[in-house]
Amino acid sequence: MTTESPSPPVDPQMAPPAPVSAAGSPVGVEFKGVQRHFGTVTALQGLDMEIHPGELVALLGPSGCGKTTALRLLAGFDRPDAGMITVGGRDITKVPAHKRDMGMVFQAYSLFPNMDVRTNVAFGMRMRKAPKLERLESADRLLDLVGLGNTGDRYPHQLSGGQQQRVAIARALAIEPTVLLLDEPLSALDARVRVQLRAEIRSIQQRLRITALFVTHDQSEALSLADRVGVMRDGRLEQIDTPENVYRHPATEFVAEFVGAMNRLPGRIGDGGEVVVLGQRLPLTEPDRYPPGTAVDAMLRPEALQLAPDAGGLGEILERTFLGSSVRLRVALDGGQTVVVEASSHGTDLPLGARVGLTVVADRVAVVEQATPAVALGPA
Amino acid sequence: MLPFLLYMVVFLGLPLYVVVHGALTSGGHFTLSNFSAIFSQSQYLIPLKNSLILSLWSSLGPAIIGVWFAAAVVAGPRDSLLRRVVSSASGVFAYFAGAPLAFVWVASLGTLGVITVFFKSTFGYDLSQHFDISSQVGVGIVYFYFQIPLMVIFITPALEGLKPEWEEAARNLGATRLSYLRHVAVPVLAPSFIAAWLILFGSAFSAFATMLALDGCTEVVVPCKIYFEMSNNVLTNSIPFGLALGTEMILVVGIVMLVYWYVQRRAGRWLR
Amino acid sequence: MTALADAVDTPFGGGQAAPNRRPARRGRPRSWRIVVLAFTAIFYLLPVLCSVKFSLINQKGTYGVQNYTAIVNNGALRAALFLSLEIAAITAIVVVLLVFPTTVLVRLKLPKLTILMEAVTILPIVVPPVVLAAGLLQMKETAPLWIVNAFFNHPVTVLTPMYVVLAMPLMYRAVDTGLRAIDLHTLVDASRSLGAGWPTTLWRVVLPNAQTAVLGGMFLTIALVLGEVVIANQLDQSKLTFPLEMIEFASQDNAPGISVAMTLTALAFTFLLLFMLTFVARRRRTNTTGAIS
Repeated sequence: MTTESPSPPVDPQMAPPAPVSAAGSPVGVEFKGVQRHFGTVTALQGLDMEIHPGELVALLGPSGCGKTTALRLLAGFDRPDAGMITVGGRDITKVPAHKRDMGMVFQAYSLFPNMDVRTNVAFGMRMRKAPKLERLESADRLLDLVGLGNTGDRYPHQLSGGQQQRVAIARALAIEPTVLLLDEPLSALDARVRVQLRAEIRSIQQRLRITALFVTHDQSEALSLADRVGVMRDGRLEQIDTPENVYRHPATEFVAEFVGAMNRLPGRIGDGGEVVVLGQRLPLTEPDRYPPGTAVDAMLRPEALQLAPDAGGLGEILERTFLGSSVRLRVALDGGQTVVVEASSHGTDLPLGARVGLTVVADRVAVVEQATPAVALGPA
Repeated sequence: MLPFLLYMVVFLGLPLYVVVHGALTSGGHFTLSNFSAIFSQSQYLIPLKNSLILSLWSSLGPAIIGVWFAAAVVAGPRDSLLRRVVSSASGVFAYFAGAPLAFVWVASLGTLGVITVFFKSTFGYDLSQHFDISSQVGVGIVYFYFQIPLMVIFITPALEGLKPEWEEAARNLGATRLSYLRHVAVPVLAPSFIAAWLILFGSAFSAFATMLALDGCTEVVVPCKIYFEMSNNVLTNSIPFGLALGTEMILVVGIVMLVYWYVQRRAGRWLR
Repeated sequence: MTALADAVDTPFGGGQAAPNRRPARRGRPRSWRIVVLAFTAIFYLLPVLCSVKFSLINQKGTYGVQNYTAIVNNGALRAALFLSLEIAAITAIVVVLLVFPTTVLVRLKLPKLTILMEAVTILPIVVPPVVLAAGLLQMKETAPLWIVNAFFNHPVTVLTPMYVVLAMPLMYRAVDTGLRAIDLHTLVDASRSLGAGWPTTLWRVVLPNAQTAVLGGMFLTIALVLGEVVIANQLDQSKLTFPLEMIEFASQDNAPGISVAMTLTALAFTFLLLFMLTFVARRRRTNTTGAIS
C-alpha cells in the first residue's frame, strides 16, 4: 500500500497523530444500490462500491459521470432515491450532514472569510463544544502538520490557493473524522502546487490511516494517489481496481480509452486463441471470446508499440512531440490509420517522414469487436 | 471622465454650493447666526428630531424585512419566474418611490380607501379615526413600500456572494443551520447590511415627495420645514433659515455617507 | 482530451464556480421562505389591488374606466404625459451618454477612481432633492435675467439636467453590474487589436454586451422621471409634469381616482418593460460562453 512520494517540504517534527475514530481504527464505507435522479437525468444508477478501512479510493470520470454526486451523498448533502450507505457497518443514509463524522475538502472557496486561519481550523471542534484553549492548540498542531505553522493569524484572502487548500485539509482533519472526503481539491491550483500537495495529501492520509474518497477528473492524479481507482461513466461504476490493473487491464472500452491513451488497430482472430495484428500473432487476454476469423480492433497502449527504422516498413512518422523524458510519435500506417507510439527520448531520433516498422511488445492483447474504423487516440 | 465630472460639478455642485453659501450669509456677509438659530430654536429642533426618528424606524424596519425577503428569493433557482418578477418589481417600486406609491396607499388606507371603506361597512370600525395616512406613522408605512425594494436591490449582490461552499463546509464540520448563520453568514453579511441600511436611512431622511403627495406637510419634519421657510419668505425673510436647514440635512447625510463608505470598504474584502 | 473538456466545465476563479457544477438542488422549499415570501407578497399586492378597485370607481361613484380614459382624453393630462415622457427620454439618453463611457473607462484604465465614482454616484441618492430644489430656487432668484428666461422658465431645460443627476446613481449601478458580468478587458483588447477605434469599440462591442443592463437603467430612469415631484414642484409653475398632475387631481380637482389610475398605468407600463427585459437577458446569457479558463 505504500506509494513512494517525494518528501514534502513540511515541518519534519510532525507529532504522531491521534487515532482516527472513537474506536481507534479505520472504518470502511459501503454503497449498496445507491441511486439518484434529478428529474429525468440519472446521476447514479445503482452504485455498489466498497471502500476498505484505511483505503483511499479515487473516483475518476468525465463530468456528469456521477462521481461528485456519490461524494455528496456520502457527505450527506444529498439523499439517495434508493439504496443504502453504511460507514463502519452502520447505516447512515438518514443521518443529516452535520451529524456524520466526516471531514470534507472542497475544490475552492470553502474557508470562512470572516475568521482567521486558526479559527477556521478550530471551527469543527467548536461545534463539538471543545474548550477554547484546547481547540486553538489543536488547530496550531494541525497547521504544523500541513506546513503552515505560523499562519494562524492570517485571513483566508491573504493566502495563496495552495495554502488555502492546506488549511482546508487541516480543518477537515481537526474533527478527527472517520472518513475524509475530497472533492477535486487540486483542480483549481497551479500544476506545480498540485503535484506537491497531491503527495502531501497521500502521505497524511496514509499516516493517519483515514479512509478516504477522492473525486477527480485528472487521471494522473487518480493513478498516483489511490489505493484503488473507480472509473465512472453515466452514473455507473465501470471498473474499480488498483491503478496498475485499471491501466493495464481495463475492463471496458471506455476505461481503456479514458485512462491513458489507447490505439485501436484492426486485426483478425486466428486459431489457437490468438489475434493477428500488424502482421504479428499475439495471444489474447480472452482467448475464447470471439470465434476465429472475426474482425476485431486490438487495443494497444502507446508504450506497447515499438518503432524501428525500416525502409520497407508500413508506417511513416507524421508528428513528433517532445515531452522531456519521453517522445510521442504519430505514425501513419499504409492501411490508412494513425497510431500513437510512446518511446523514451533516449535514442529515438527518427525524423519526420521516416519510414518505420512497428512491433507489438505486449504479452497479451485485448480486443473488441470492430465497430468503427480504427482511429488512434490522442493523449487524454 | 471629464465631461462627467464637469456635469456633476455644475448641476449637483452648484445648487449645493448655493445652499451652503446662502446658509452662511445674512444680509450680505458671512455669519453663523443662521446655524445657531436652527440648532437652538425648538421650531427647528423638533422637526430634526422627528426626521431622525422617522428615518430610523422607516429604514431599519425595511432593512430587516428586505434582507429576509431577498434571502428567500435568492435561495431559489436563478432563472425562476419569482426572480424575474421580484427584480423588475423592486426596480419599479424603488425608483417610482414617493408620489405615485403614496397614491396607492391613499387608495387603500386613506379616508376613502378601499380597506377603510371595507372595515367601515363590514365591521363598523372607522379606521380613519384612529389612523391617518398623512401622519408620521402613516407616511412611515408608505416609506416601507419603497424602502424594502431598495433594500432588496442593494443587498441581493451580497447575498449572492455567499458561497454555498461555506454552508456546506459548516454543516460538514458539525454546524446546524443556526450555527452557520451565527458564525459565518451574519458576520460576513453584516458590513453589507449596515451599508445598505445606511442608504435606506439617507433615503428616508431625504424623502419628501410622499408628504407632498399626501398633503401631510405640516412642518413636522425637516424637508417640510425647508419647504415652508422657502415659500413663505415674503413675510418672514426666512430663506437663510431654509438654506441653513438644507445645509443641516446635507451634514446629516454627509455623516451617514462617511460611515457608509467606511463600512463598504470592509464589506468588499470578503465578498469580492 | 477529456481533462480539457472538464476544465472548461469547472471554471476556476470566477465567483460562479460551484452553482453551475451541480444539478439544481431539488429539496422541499424551506418553510421560512414560504412564510416570508407570502407575507411580502400580500403586503405588496393588497394595496395594488385596492388601487385597482379604487381607480375603477369614477366620480359618479359607479364602476367604470373613466379614470383611465381621462388620461388620454383630458387635454391637460395628455400634455403633462407627453411633457414627462419627453423629459424622460432626453434624461435617459443624456445619462447613458454621461455614465456609460465614464464607467467603462474607469473600469478599464482608472480602477483607482472607482471609489471616487462610487462616492459621486451615491451623492444624488442621499442629497435630499428638497435641498437641491431649495438651492435651485435661490439660483433662480439671484441669477441674471437671460439665464432665467433661457433656462429656468422652461420645464424641459430646467428639469432635465436635474433629473440626469438624480438618475445617475441608478444608471451607474446598472452599468456597473452589467460590465462586471462580461469580460471587459478581453473584449476591448480583442476589438482594439482588430483595428477598431475607441468609439467603435464602445458602440459596437461593449454596448451590445451590456445592453440589457443599459436598457434596464433607462427604463428605471423613465420610472424616476414619471414619479419625481419634489424638484418639479419647486421650480415648475407654468406647465405641470405627469406626476404633478397626479397630485393636482387628487388635491385640487378632488379626483383621486384619476391619480391612482395614473399611478397604476405608469407602474404597470414600467414593470412590463423591465419584465420583458429579463427574458431578453436570459437568452443572451445562454449564447455567450462562460469565463475563459
